Amino acid sequence: MLAFLDLSPVGEQLVALSHKIGSEVARANAVDVDRAGRFPAESIAAIRDARLLSSLVPRDLGGDGARMTDIVAACYVLGQYCSSTAMVYAMHQIQVACLVHHGLDSDALRAHMALIAEEQRLLASATTEVGTGGDVRSSVCSVAVADGRFALRKETPVISYGDYADDILVTARRTIDAPAADQVIVLVRKQDAELVPTTEWDALGMRGTCSRGYVLTASGPADHVLREPYADISSRTMLPVSHLVWTALWSGIATDAVQQIRANLRKQARKSAGVPPTAPDVAMLHADLELVRSAVAATTQLYERVRSDPAASTTPSMTLRMNALKVSVSLALPRIVTDALRLGGINAYRNDSEQSLGRHLRDLHSAALMVHNERILANNGSLLCITKDDV
Amino acid sequence: MELHVLIRNVLADHGRLSVDAAALDASSDLHEAGLSSHATVAVMVAIEDALDIEFPDRMLNRRTFESIEALRSSIESLIVTA
Repeated sequence: MLAFLDLSPVGEQLVALSHKIGSEVARANAVDVDRAGRFPAESIAAIRDARLLSSLVPRDLGGDGARMTDIVAACYVLGQYCSSTAMVYAMHQIQVACLVHHGLDSDALRAHMALIAEEQRLLASATTEVGTGGDVRSSVCSVAVADGRFALRKETPVISYGDYADDILVTARRTIDAPAADQVIVLVRKQDAELVPTTEWDALGMRGTCSRGYVLTASGPADHVLREPYADISSRTMLPVSHLVWTALWSGIATDAVQQIRANLRKQARKSAGVPPTAPDVAMLHADLELVRSAVAATTQLYERVRSDPAASTTPSMTLRMNALKVSVSLALPRIVTDALRLGGINAYRNDSEQSLGRHLRDLHSAALMVHNERILANNGSLLCITKDDV
Repeated sequence: MELHVLIRNVLADHGRLSVDAAALDASSDLHEAGLSSHATVAVMVAIEDALDIEFPDRMLNRRTFESIEALRSSIESLIVTA
């Protein structure tokens, strides 16, 4: 996939560091992170040490000024080593992108971005809420602002790695009187919040994301409430960036599975001094994956091209495309890894073998649920009732 | 029927607003009045049907549906060019 992406020099370095951290740290801990359902502390520490949590922060604020394409590439690479590490990294970058794209006009938020670079702070998000049925575009809770301070209380069904984050971006209604869809994003620093856990995280896959539920109560500086409506931040940044970084890291997970099958094929070819009979099946597997990866790369390039234009980046056809990418990729990859599992035979099926693909398959089944495909298809369905263009 | 009356009627029938559509100011923010993105679709297809027009994709944004006045001027531009 990297061959398709126009990486900046920062991106080239980011890819190299992601491979290094992945091969030296993340892969060695991936099985234990999955088994124990524990936070990938070692790889996130390595990511911090390499200063990769501030890649997107502008240079004048102490970051690297990376492009989104660079981050998408890093997600793809990290996904090849440890799904949970890649997901934590990806979710952090989505939050940083929201601040960088929508907070540079605020002194308080600029100061905080500098702090993210200086302290390599890890950002999480609290968008879902108990009582909204998974609809992130409506909120029950609201922000109250008085005497230069905000206050809010939110019951969240999940905050991924909430125990380990330094800051959390929280959505809420703009005021106590605002309708459910009139939302803002609030930057909540851990020191301004109390998090009372309500659920544990023992799931089929993505076990290291430690996505517990909490009741979050917070109070902090009023200028930590982003001025732009969440509706705009969502359509310009949070939705497209989420779908790009997720589909990239999911593609990375599947790539690791397919690479194992390709290694098996090469081994068999050497042993039999010829082309093994399974070679066409492996070729089909590779072709299926290639279609997914080229779609992710092409959509990333498109996003990069229109990103700075508010009108072009939020057209209905962009939203349709971003949603279609997420749904299609989330369905294709578990099928591809299921095919890889079949081709890998008993060694891929075993949990105690080096070639086990169980974790890859379990992790990838989260893709259809991370913002449920049915909800995304309902949104695209209503968009298709009114849009006409298809360019 | 006057355009702004038709818009108010459609908003009342399909907008699922948290306030009375008849009492809204022409310049009031419809999103603040509770117009969700889902309801926007319903409002739009109802207007398309009532006036036998089609909103081109370039008009499908939050600004077009920001207020009764914004909607009226968008619709008028479509009727004039039709």
